[in-house]
Amino acid sequence: MTFNIDFLAWRRIALIFSSVFLILSIGSWLFKDLNYGLDFTGGTLVELSYPDSANISEIRQTLVLGGFEGAQVANFGSSKEVLIKLPGTVSDSLGSEIVSLLSSSSLDQEIDLRRIEYVGPQIGSELRDDGGTAMLIALAFMMLYIAFRFQSMFAGAAVIALIHDVIVVIGIFSLIQIEFDLTVLAALLAVIGYSLNDTIVVSDRIRENLRSMESDSTHEIINTSLNQTLGRTLITSLTTLLVLFSLYFLGGELIKNFALALIFGVIVGTYSSIYIAANALIMMGLNKDHLRVEEPENADENLLP
Amino acid sequence: MKRYGLWKYLLILSVLCFGVIYSLPNLYAPDPAVQISYTSSSQTADTFLADKVKELIEKQNLEAKIELEKDYVLVRTNSYQNQLIIKDILSTAMINDVVIALNLAPTTPKWLMDIGANPMKLGLDLRGGVHFLMQVDTETAIKNRQDGTLQDLRRRFREEKIRYSQAGVESDASIYLKFNNPDVLQKAEEFISDNYSQFNFPLISDAMSLRLVLSDLEIEQIESDAIDQNLTTLRNRVNELGVSEPIVQRQGKKRIVVQLPGIQDTAEAKNILGKTATLEFHLEAQMDTPRSRKTSYPYRNGMGAPAFLQDAIILGGDQVATAQASFDENGLPQVNITLDGEGGSKMHRATRGNIGKRLGVLFVEQKTRTVYERDVEGKQIPVQESYEVKEIISLATIRAALGTTFRITGLDSPSESSELALLLRAGALAAPMTFVEERTVGPSLGADNIQAGIFSMILGLLLVLVFILFYYRVFGIAASLALTFNIVLLVAVMSILSATLTLPGIAGIVLTVGMAVDANVLIFSRIREELNKGREPLEAIDAGYNRAFLTIWDANVTTLIVAVILLSYGTGPVKGFAITLSIGIITSMFTAIMGTRAFVNLIYGSRKNLERISI
Repeated sequence: MTFNIDFLAWRRIALIFSSVFLILSIGSWLFKDLNYGLDFTGGTLVELSYPDSANISEIRQTLVLGGFEGAQVANFGSSKEVLIKLPGTVSDSLGSEIVSLLSSSSLDQEIDLRRIEYVGPQIGSELRDDGGTAMLIALAFMMLYIAFRFQSMFAGAAVIALIHDVIVVIGIFSLIQIEFDLTVLAALLAVIGYSLNDTIVVSDRIRENLRSMESDSTHEIINTSLNQTLGRTLITSLTTLLVLFSLYFLGGELIKNFALALIFGVIVGTYSSIYIAANALIMMGLNKDHLRVEEPENADENLLP
Repeated sequence: MKRYGLWKYLLILSVLCFGVIYSLPNLYAPDPAVQISYTSSSQTADTFLADKVKELIEKQNLEAKIELEKDYVLVRTNSYQNQLIIKDILSTAMINDVVIALNLAPTTPKWLMDIGANPMKLGLDLRGGVHFLMQVDTETAIKNRQDGTLQDLRRRFREEKIRYSQAGVESDASIYLKFNNPDVLQKAEEFISDNYSQFNFPLISDAMSLRLVLSDLEIEQIESDAIDQNLTTLRNRVNELGVSEPIVQRQGKKRIVVQLPGIQDTAEAKNILGKTATLEFHLEAQMDTPRSRKTSYPYRNGMGAPAFLQDAIILGGDQVATAQASFDENGLPQVNITLDGEGGSKMHRATRGNIGKRLGVLFVEQKTRTVYERDVEGKQIPVQESYEVKEIISLATIRAALGTTFRITGLDSPSESSELALLLRAGALAAPMTFVEERTVGPSLGADNIQAGIFSMILGLLLVLVFILFYYRVFGIAASLALTFNIVLLVAVMSILSATLTLPGIAGIVLTVGMAVDANVLIFSRIREELNKGREPLEAIDAGYNRAFLTIWDANVTTLIVAVILLSYGTGPVKGFAITLSIGIITSMFTAIMGTRAFVNLIYGSRKNLERISI
């Protein structure tokens, strides 16, 4: 595949598009907040499997009569599976109580207990803080590595792209109110890894071309680099999306949101490595002189396989 | 074109063999099994037990294989249904002297086990079970210790005739003492400095009062003692539950993780984990003690004839602050016991008039057992019943009046003394615990998760393979082989590290599959580019691998940084994901670069005047 697309002609439009999306995401995050899962809110969750379709309203009624007023009851995956959530509860025995209440109220049916989860209030906030810390540390270390391997402008551009990706994915989760739990947080960190992968490949080519191409126009060099890497970017995104869709549709309910976060992340990450990272390099005024004092190219050759 | 040395082929070949062999055990599905061991740790499983089990199972005409392992008898069955039936049969027939646990027994062939190849461990989300996270309330342990010390101080001040006007433990766990007279205060301060080492010195004092604050070192000691003690107690409890491969681990500073595979009844598990065993101190009954005021108890270790102890309890195990095994002046094993203040004064009062007589230490335990009752329809139903067991763990002559600290001597061996110290500590929880997290996964969900995980993994892999074969032709074959090899290698490394595979871990493998192709895509698109520039095919291959290497290296190292940070910060699902992702990144670098290169060289490397390559 060879391409000759003038990516950077669209950069202003992309900038406006990204800004709008970022503002929308942050706005939604601030005002609508995320639909935090049990991992972060604390509380009790029970998943049951009925032999036939479960009667949700009947279950709801039984729970209310049994004293579990705030219980959220919904189907989970199929009409036989029922998910009961009591967010924010602080007693660790509610799960078993619900199970025995429902089992005794429907004696004719054998209910299969799929899972009970209880997360105490202090754990929820701790997990949230730890997740945030992990993300910041990951960003800091990667910035250091890129600054060391490339040049500080590339590090800056990569981090801007990553922050963009994380905020947009969080924004999407907030906008459509998909449950945000611990596995989604892991997915978000994987998005950082994936998006960075993309950004590095593009940056690597920009660095190489800055050294080897005759042209003095950074604009032209970056455009060429983006075109040269586009084939690879599309194929890798495609193969990754293939497995992610397979996870989304077949990996089971517990992995669904994880796959979804990564699907959004891969799409946004591919876009950002082109329009955010490359754009940031131009705005920071990268030119050939920035790489001229670097070590000679063949210093790295010793590392070859 | 760069030739590939023989040693590189040999290296790749040996890694391939290694990968295949060590991932092999995962292909053998484990047998649902029941494992039976004696309750008492001094008795190891023997042929007598195995024969008894065999007899019981044969009576029911059930198909099962009975094996005698080192510590237990293993009954392998061919279905989960039979597993439960056999467990029920055995527990009805032999309740009290054995622990019966459900297990998944690996079916790894012996030659694989001999070279250390074992299957991966499955996480609770894949095999079903309970995960508890408990928080130890160490503040209470510290407060209790200070309460004990204050009791002790009161008594000793009385003996030393140091008069205080007010004394108490503050909410910040410091001891507050008020005096009427500065001279007395000074005397008290000196007395405390001479006799107690656990406080921050000099003591905080103003004109009329003293504040005793525990030193950081002491607080740390109390906290870690409390957690160690709770861990020991919990381990003992978990063993009682009859679970195979339980995990009881400290997590962070104040938490304990307990994982019990195969258990679904959380209420029962919690009840048992929360229960406490305790100690009682009694004087030995004398010849003239009336029958109504003495009881005969057996020895815990079964050694020695049962002895009579007075029914009056001097004090209970809840007043043992710590117990440590050590050696006396003659190098003989002993156990040092520290009581809290109240316990100390009770002990002192009871022993000073009984020097020369013997003091018995009773181990009192609340146990639960399953008994079978017939319900109205005559059907047998299991009922949990709790009962108390009292056994003598030590009966030793009192040589002098005992106070807060004393020792139990006359023990046979250092292992006995450390066991006794352990039992004394394990007797009670040092600090209360709260359940802060609980996750139960039923067996059906676990089975579904495995199936869904593996199915999505295979489908994802197939989709990617079809795509790259179609897109890269011969080079696609190289990439496909590398990708498959990568999964084999990843599974082998996971098995050797005995890392735990979880559902997010499977997701990590799937993601690795998608991303591992990236290295090959980078190399292959470079080769195409070089070909387009008009280079000779073999030169183009060389250039493609060389130029793509650094990009792949940088891209993978940065992803690895994320994975490692996830690994060190994450818990639960995050960690499971990070483990497979990190291993996958490393193995994929090897297979995607060296593996495909070797393959390509084998196909094209020896051909001279190669006109075109299929990429």
